[in-house]
Amino acid sequence: MAAVNGNATSSDWDDRYYHIDQILDRPGPRTDPSFQAGDDVKKFLRNKCKILVIGAGGLGCEILANLALSGFKDIHVIDMDTIDISNLNRQFLFRPKDVGKPKAIVAAEFIMNRVPGVKVTPYFGKIQDKDEDYYMQFNIIVCGLDSVEARRWINATLVNMVDDDNPESLKPLIDGGTEGFKGQARVILPQLTSCYECSLDMLNKPTAFPICTIANTPRLPEHCIEWASVLEWPRVYGDKRLDTDDPEHINWLYNIALKRAKEFKIEGVTWSLTQGVVKNIIPAIASTNAIIAASCCNEAFKIATSAAAYLNNYFMLIGTDGVYSYTFEHERRKDCPVCGGESLDITVGKEWTVERLIEMLVEKEDIQIKRPSLSTSKKQIYFQAPPQLEQATRPNLEMKVSELLEDGDEITVTSSTLPFNLSLRIKYT
Amino acid sequence: MIKIWSMKKSEDAAAKKKPKTSAAQIRVQKDLTELELPETMRTHFPDPSDLLNFTLTITPDEGMYKGGSFTFSFAINTNYPHEPPKVKCIPKIYHPNVDLDGNVCLNILREDWKPVLNLNSVMVGLQYLFLEPNADDPLNKEAAEELRRNRDQFVYNVRQAMRGNNVKGIQYDRVVSF
Repeated sequence: MAAVNGNATSSDWDDRYYHIDQILDRPGPRTDPSFQAGDDVKKFLRNKCKILVIGAGGLGCEILANLALSGFKDIHVIDMDTIDISNLNRQFLFRPKDVGKPKAIVAAEFIMNRVPGVKVTPYFGKIQDKDEDYYMQFNIIVCGLDSVEARRWINATLVNMVDDDNPESLKPLIDGGTEGFKGQARVILPQLTSCYECSLDMLNKPTAFPICTIANTPRLPEHCIEWASVLEWPRVYGDKRLDTDDPEHINWLYNIALKRAKEFKIEGVTWSLTQGVVKNIIPAIASTNAIIAASCCNEAFKIATSAAAYLNNYFMLIGTDGVYSYTFEHERRKDCPVCGGESLDITVGKEWTVERLIEMLVEKEDIQIKRPSLSTSKKQIYFQAPPQLEQATRPNLEMKVSELLEDGDEITVTSSTLPFNLSLRIKYT
Repeated sequence: MIKIWSMKKSEDAAAKKKPKTSAAQIRVQKDLTELELPETMRTHFPDPSDLLNFTLTITPDEGMYKGGSFTFSFAINTNYPHEPPKVKCIPKIYHPNVDLDGNVCLNILREDWKPVLNLNSVMVGLQYLFLEPNADDPLNKEAAEELRRNRDQFVYNVRQAMRGNNVKGIQYDRVVSF
């Protein structure tokens, strides 16, 4: 086995990366000026770069395969789901014998067996189980998620991690998403480019039917299913939570919906439609996943190597009528609750009362704040409204700031004169 | 050199470990502290440290529900404002747009919810339902039918129901104090 370029490991063979090396051995017309062709960049990609893949589902399987084949060798993957038989048509790292097993673990084993020399470290659980120390170890994070909530969480976590004194704390986030024939891939550089929360208003809202239609004038099978899940379930079971992953719950809804459909002579209520409506399932298309995952991995490769300019910053694919794609720069929102707003370090005396702190904020000319309300992530400090909370927090005005807050604690300030919020970091003199 | 860096890193990590306020939490704080409610609406927090669960009591000072006191529960989840707050009417009331289980038919609580709306818009929307009950979007079909057919009879039924009496075989909750 010849050591090519001096960076071969025992599992590398001659010309293993022939095609990829075409890009890494010489600069191209669009390469970044900082790009150093040759061994160093290959070493970084193959021996140093640590990449995290969030989600091992439709997009995740494609992403893992692409990354492994393009030369990333230290890959981590998180997924909280187990394999369902309905995944097998497109999630090609899974086989019928794997049904019921954790996606992250099976996917990691499959990649390691198939692509020699690649280490995939799985974690079967929620992204929320991990803290900033965990996310800090990666160079790049790629997301193939199906939930808005999980995306908002990882986005906020990465934005909050950015520390101006430590360039390593800025983790590029590449987010892929698909819905049927549509998809998007985007590059988020926390605190530098628009973040996920900045674009929250671009999301399609989930289909919801007016509750009066569901209750009185159903015309579609979906209306009957919503009748069962929105009105009948809470009426019959009270506070018991509907578990959309529990086949018995779906069965119950299906039977109720079917009965109502018969009553109103509506056709088309099936078990799988019931599951689809309550879980808000949009059919996944394997080719859309493949395109979006390829785009995400292409960006990861470019960011890891600076071999070419990376996406700035939003690529959308609309495959419903032909193949149309559009790339644009989504702009940061000044009033974004996650990456917008101001952050200030303020110095206060140990003896200061909360009231004095508020007066100081109001007098500060550079922030123009009126009637501020203050809280920490754990407790309210002073609320201007509603009356009950004003009254409940009023005693705090007399208290010393140092009795309520430790050095370095953060305060969230909201006010009608602020576009969103201001975060203050307390330092004592 | 490396040592200095790693020291700095661990110091930063310690400073940053403090929990951050979530986007939903900040948004709720903003919505609540900027509420401008008229005399006819009051919020109540059973646990003042929990901003995500509270009640709103509406006491209309005009219209056919004047004199009643109507309490709604608000439950906000961590996906707010992507998802609307969950709102239920606690007493059993006679109203075309509220069913006997407390579900409310208000467009901005479901199909027309947008993240640019806030708690103030929801509360104003709820108050509007008592000023202008809407027979075209019925949840309580009988009440809607009555409103459409015979307004005087409907007003009479509302008064009966608000006193905690029986209307067409259904016992309603008393929501008046006189």
